[in-house]
Amino acid sequence: MSDAGAANGALVDVRDVEKVFHRGSEEIHVLRGVNLQVPSGEFLALMGPSGSGKSTLLNLIGGLDHPTRGTVSIAGERVDQLSDRRLAAWRARHVGFVFQLYNLIPVLTAERNVELPLLLTHLSKAERRKHVETALEAVGLQHRAQHYPRQLSGGEQQRVGIARGIVTDPTLLLCDEPTGDLDRKAGDEILGLLSALSREHGKTIIMVTHDPHASARAARTVYLNKGELTREPKD
Amino acid sequence: MRFLPLIWSNLRRKKTRTILTLLSIVVAFVLYGFLSAIRQALTGGVSLEGANRLIVRHKVSIIQLLPVDYKRRMERIPGIAAVTHQTWFGGVYQDPKNFFMQNPVIPGEFMAMHPEFLLPADQLRAWEALRTGAIVGRKTAVRFGWKIGDKVPIQSTIWSKKDGSFIWDFDIVGIFDGRNKNTDTTALFFHYDYFDEARSFWTGQVGWYTVRIDDSARAADVAKLIDAEFENSSAETKSEPEGAFVQGWAKQIGDIALITASILGAVFFTILLVTGNTISQSVRERTGELGVLKAIGFTNTHVLVLVMAESCLIAVIGGVLGLSLAWLLTSRGDPTGGMLPLYFFPVRDMLLGLAISVALGLVTGCFPALQAMRLRVADSLRRI
Repeated sequence: MSDAGAANGALVDVRDVEKVFHRGSEEIHVLRGVNLQVPSGEFLALMGPSGSGKSTLLNLIGGLDHPTRGTVSIAGERVDQLSDRRLAAWRARHVGFVFQLYNLIPVLTAERNVELPLLLTHLSKAERRKHVETALEAVGLQHRAQHYPRQLSGGEQQRVGIARGIVTDPTLLLCDEPTGDLDRKAGDEILGLLSALSREHGKTIIMVTHDPHASARAARTVYLNKGELTREPKD
Repeated sequence: MRFLPLIWSNLRRKKTRTILTLLSIVVAFVLYGFLSAIRQALTGGVSLEGANRLIVRHKVSIIQLLPVDYKRRMERIPGIAAVTHQTWFGGVYQDPKNFFMQNPVIPGEFMAMHPEFLLPADQLRAWEALRTGAIVGRKTAVRFGWKIGDKVPIQSTIWSKKDGSFIWDFDIVGIFDGRNKNTDTTALFFHYDYFDEARSFWTGQVGWYTVRIDDSARAADVAKLIDAEFENSSAETKSEPEGAFVQGWAKQIGDIALITASILGAVFFTILLVTGNTISQSVRERTGELGVLKAIGFTNTHVLVLVMAESCLIAVIGGVLGLSLAWLLTSRGDPTGGMLPLYFFPVRDMLLGLAISVALGLVTGCFPALQAMRLRVADSLRRI
């Protein structure tokens, strides 16, 4: 909580971030001077066409990648300066991820999938079980705890994914197209769940989406186009 | 321990593939167990008691005999504490397949020379007192249901009696046990005097001498003295430590250690490739999942250890199953009906097998684990 990000009250503080990928001798500028501040407890939607850099920005905020230039601070901590090892520990403590294709481990039950992030903590088995129960209850799936992903519908699998994302009570929940693989009804349920997590539990959520219907559920929407962030969509 | 369900679940992901890999490991370790038992049978008959014993045989070949009065001459050589002799009798009981060793010996001398054979004192006295008396090892007594007081006919494949018969009758007066598991308790020993008087040819000749020396450190020097004593005679000798003699017998078949090492090397190398390929394939299929694990906070080291643990688990399960099966199969005893009396799977080889299974797991898991560790999380999530 020591630097500008914390000082200006933003939980997420992205400043002048650039990301360049190299394909042979070619340089691909995916993000160009991106600045983004997200206050604690906000539900933010990040929209933009394919290839605009949404997922790359989400990866930088989530500490899955390092920016080429610029700074990324979360709750005052410069995550762009952390080593891979410290980043992994930081992610385990502070970030929950929700993926478009749920990314559950198919050979583990819903309960075991949700428990995965807790395996990295010092919690006892009984404490882990209690946390898992709470998370599954929060997404309304406590009755499906012993089911494998293949026995669950897409919406249910995504709810298990959200339970896994929130089971450690992270500072930040990052969702990459969480409704992208669901029908409208199941998608609405997931969006309702994310809204409730933000509204009732004060979770800070950044959601990448293509879908205006999904972004409408967020408190604020920002747009990425060709690596630049805007308040309004560009044609 | 908390990661065990995750590791175990990964192995159950493709059950058929895991079972086939497991079976190939099991088969390799069963083969390892069999070869260990055969190697033990062929080369393991050297007891600790034999450390200060030399075997003196004819220089040309073991099948050529030595004069019985060599004993007296050897006893005069400095450094020699005791001398006794044996002769290969080559008999069978009732059927040619019922083969086991029977040798004529001088009872008192023989038992003093071989403390690894345990015979009650009263049975030794009975043996010394009865000219046709014989003692038999526990294994053979159990095998044929022999007990003290039984009269057993043995047909020699070499020695005929003066009446032309090859059938020799013996009275069982004692049953000996072995001091340890390495002691062969399949043989039968009987009186040399009875044998020498009754045989129709080559009287006064014996197969080989066993010599106990005062100081095992001087074995080479004493062996040279013995061979020098009989140099330029009609029956020159070759003296060597008992261990070398036993191994020399085995080497008539070939270099057992080299043969077993070569077979096992080929088998384990193949298993290495099979298991390594299985684990690699399994890791490649899970690139996305490994990316997810890293995203939620698993470090590179966690991922490395998970993959290594997976390969070690499958190798150790296969190893333990294979070693147990080998132990069960070899514990039924000599499959040749007497040719391999010390056929068993030694505990030290079992422990070595266990260590090999762990090493197999580490080596096969090493490259896939490094591959998994080096996955960049953003890249692996993009591949889903």
